[in-house]
Amino acid sequence: MSTSSPNSSASRIPVPVIAALAAALIGLAIVLAFFVAPEDADQGISQRIFYFHVPIALTAYACFGWGAWKALRLLWKGGDRYDLESYVAIHQGTIFGALTLATGSIWAKASWGKWWVWDSNQLVLFLVLFLFYSAYFMLRFSIDDGPRRANVSAVYALFGVALIPVSFLAIRLAEDFIHPTTFNRDGPQMTGTMFFTFCVAWLAMTVLAYALYRVELLGKRLDANLRELREALA
Amino acid sequence: MIRARAVEKRYGRRRALRPVDFTLERGGFLVVTGPNGSGKTTLLRLVAGLAAPSAGELEVEGGRGTLGYLGHEPLLYRDLTALENLDLYGRLYRVPERRERIGMLLERYGLWDVRGERVGSYSRGMTQRLALCRALLHEPELLVLDEPFTALDVDGAELLDCQLAELAGAATVVLTTHEPARVDPLATATLALA
Amino acid sequence: MTYLSDVAALARKDLRLELRARDTLPAMLLFVLSTLVVFHFALPTGADEVAAQGLLWVALVFTALLGLARAWTPEREGGALDGLVLAPSDRSAIWLGKSAATFVFLAAVEVVALPAFSLFFSPLHASGYLGVLLANVGICAVGTLLAAMAAASRTRELILPLLFLPLAIPLVVGGVGAGVSDDPGRYLTFLGLYDAVFAILCWASFEYVVSE
Repeated sequence: MSTSSPNSSASRIPVPVIAALAAALIGLAIVLAFFVAPEDADQGISQRIFYFHVPIALTAYACFGWGAWKALRLLWKGGDRYDLESYVAIHQGTIFGALTLATGSIWAKASWGKWWVWDSNQLVLFLVLFLFYSAYFMLRFSIDDGPRRANVSAVYALFGVALIPVSFLAIRLAEDFIHPTTFNRDGPQMTGTMFFTFCVAWLAMTVLAYALYRVELLGKRLDANLRELREALA
Repeated sequence: MIRARAVEKRYGRRRALRPVDFTLERGGFLVVTGPNGSGKTTLLRLVAGLAAPSAGELEVEGGRGTLGYLGHEPLLYRDLTALENLDLYGRLYRVPERRERIGMLLERYGLWDVRGERVGSYSRGMTQRLALCRALLHEPELLVLDEPFTALDVDGAELLDCQLAELAGAATVVLTTHEPARVDPLATATLALA
Repeated sequence: MTYLSDVAALARKDLRLELRARDTLPAMLLFVLSTLVVFHFALPTGADEVAAQGLLWVALVFTALLGLARAWTPEREGGALDGLVLAPSDRSAIWLGKSAATFVFLAAVEVVALPAFSLFFSPLHASGYLGVLLANVGICAVGTLLAAMAAASRTRELILPLLFLPLAIPLVVGGVGAGVSDDPGRYLTFLGLYDAVFAILCWASFEYVVSE
């Protein structure tokens, strides 16, 4: 009945430390992105959003991957804790996915004047993934708690990571008959400072995701323990 | 044949089966009793391998091919005939001389005349008898029966009495029932769930 | 080769059930034809061939969903799924048998739907037909597994489309591309890739979907 997840070295670092680190890194990233990094000649302000949009997207991928890894462990070895960890990771991934869509939308508005464009493959991919993982939650909430729910969620999580590259390929292929690529997309050529800013932002987002992951896990485990205690006393 | 140590089953927060211990030797006949909700069905499903224990150790000798299960549901296709149902299971269980065995069972349990009719048109008693045929089709070494008498008609119940008397000692049987007196003479062990 | 004979026995069972009940197949047929007619009214005049091809795939995907929604109903009615899971045969054979039968049903519907499409709109190239065939494999493999997941849920019929549609997007891209592109080979290869990846994933994971 422990409240901490055992074993891995990162999980021994207390949550407040991680949260503080995340806050510090985000602060640093914001300063770098908006004040220190040079303005891009072509894209101006929209490029600043890029410093967050891409790291957030990468972090979302990482969360989905982490969730799938935990899902695999669940199917392999079994045990409630992998189910919870997988669920929380995917939950974080979906939040970051939604943020990716939001920042992507802001970027599209700033760059091309429309709130949505189909030209950015990454954005379209996230739209598909967002639909997929939203269905994950609907599926999970419509099955009663137990091994069935854990197993089904885990298998679906594995389908998710398989879908990521396959969908990306599909979207690439669809360019032929959906839209000719008329705009110059994604990564501007990054100079030293820009790259450094990007890396800081990426690290910040990753640590933020991990902090939120630990917090949510802690919260859910506390909930479960409290419930068990209540039942034992009743 | 079966060894259970602190075996329990939880579905999320719901405790379906409290920790239970027992051992059953080959050829034994275990009668499980207990009030509704005490986990009899859950225990039988665990023994049959339809679910895995949440905690504890459960060892059941033999693979799926040597186990016969009769649950609350008949495990049959309502739109197929008795013959078609048993033929499918006969193939999946690799029953040797499938047709003969099916014919023999259907006759024994009084279903030969209706063998070509949809199971959906059977009465409850007939369906349960067919389910019993399904469970016995592959001559299992371990028979797991969940309240087999409940859905049976009078004739069927008598046939089952005979069958159990035949099997006692030869096969291992785990059975739950609301009328323990009926199977008392055959029982070598009992387990009462709270 | 008992694995394949198990798969065959299970697939035969599903074909027999459908031939006897005859409810799903006619419904799928009528659905796809009605949908094609609706599309005629939904497409503005002057809409090109490519748009019509796209709508064909929408029709096929939703028709497949209609059939898939009831794929596991016979197993649920008498508790037969437990019976299949208990059998010594490999659990994946249950999925493969059901997928194979679903493939036959879908193909049977397409035998009518594709000529109807050619009649109402424009004829398909050979690559288009091949695209349909390859996409069918993916639809049936993934759809059957997802339908089993949906069967475990309280909201069964509601949730299956939600689970299926995001996974169907690559199939639609592949299928439409195979039909309209100048270089259909790329799309057909992609469909083959999808089929391989997801069929293996389904095959390996079905056991867990039906276990507690």
